Amino acid sequence: MSRRHPVTGAFQAPRLIEHQSVLRVSCKLLVPFIIMFAVYVITHGELGPGGGFQGGVIMAAAFIFYGLVFGASRLVERIPSRVTDFLMAAGVLLYAGVGLHNLLSGSNFLDYSALNPAHPSEGEALGMTLVEYGVGITVTSVFITIYVTITEPRFMRSKRENVKVTD
Amino acid sequence: MNEVLILDVLLLTLALVAAVAIVRVRSLLAATMLSGIYSLLMALVWSNMHALDVGFTEAAVGAGATTVLLLGTISATGRLSRRTPSLDLRAAAVVLFTGGLLIYGTLDMPDFGDPHAPIHQHRVPKLLAQQVGKVPGRPPLGMDPPDPAHPHPRDDFNGHVPNTVTSLLAAYRGFDTMFETAVIFTAGISLVLLLRRRADDIVEAWDERERERDVQTPRPVAPVPQPPTRSYTAVGASAEPDDAPKGET
Repeated sequence: MSRRHPVTGAFQAPRLIEHQSVLRVSCKLLVPFIIMFAVYVITHGELGPGGGFQGGVIMAAAFIFYGLVFGASRLVERIPSRVTDFLMAAGVLLYAGVGLHNLLSGSNFLDYSALNPAHPSEGEALGMTLVEYGVGITVTSVFITIYVTITEPRFMRSKRENVKVTD
Repeated sequence: MNEVLILDVLLLTLALVAAVAIVRVRSLLAATMLSGIYSLLMALVWSNMHALDVGFTEAAVGAGATTVLLLGTISATGRLSRRTPSLDLRAAAVVLFTGGLLIYGTLDMPDFGDPHAPIHQHRVPKLLAQQVGKVPGRPPLGMDPPDPAHPHPRDDFNGHVPNTVTSLLAAYRGFDTMFETAVIFTAGISLVLLLRRRADDIVEAWDERERERDVQTPRPVAPVPQPPTRSYTAVGASAEPDDAPKGET
């Protein structure tokens, strides 16, 4: 594998990700911090700018970044489609479940103060936080699904090439 | 002329340059990068106008996620757009007419930051005075909380969320936000149902393509019946004109 283009002589990045140390190391360094920032944005949505949607997109960006560097097949190995499908629905169910809980405990739908009748303000804060978690979970899994679905044909072929190598 | 206006004019000029460049450039990769730059500039404009939540969303979705999704699409399709005439007079006329209408519509709106605008006179005071999440007898800011069993920091609004936007989105318009989340969920489900193909289908499609290719151009060195694995690499090597952006992300 030559590092130079055969015609122009320009420097070429190595094709295999195993040979691209800078990309690989910087991606693995950055992804945990991006996820931590996303969790911060989701959990502090009621205090500062941001919230479930923005934090969910940032979280998905971390996973998509991993997929861009290492390939979508590796991303799917890390977070299988079954998991994202489940989380996609779980987020919406969490949101609606909070409302249903309020309804069953004798209050209006999505009236979060019913979560803690002794301290309504705390119930409000808890309800909004849970709801933001639901939004974040759904947005994260949907964006990961979009990325994986778009890159699926190539990812399937690379998987088969891997199979051929192991044969 | 105040500082906000000067910054806005500067940023919007840059955004205009980026928008024109997106239309002019033929490389789709460059257009994607330029659209990311455009989104970042717009995020700066929103933060300059103190709409931090909008700016945050613009930076995360517009500059981050959309750029990455477009990159994925480009790597799956092609990198150059079709050669088109640089100026379509009919399209330009439609765009100019619509833009003119929009600008004409803004003439009726109050100035930016005008304290006598109707929204600041009627709607915003009501929203800020809403009782969502507020305890009626809460102490003023800076005073100790009434309930020692549930202490809050002094700058906390005694449980009421300080971010008005979140308060509006999650509580005041809780139904709205819930169905927005349901819309995102529907988008994901539609993707799974429509675009996700089973692995067998993809394998069959590749085999089909390879058979067609073999019929059209018989390979020079393919005399004997080959093991099926060899042909996959042949498809992989020839189907895609080697433009997978491995190292330019």
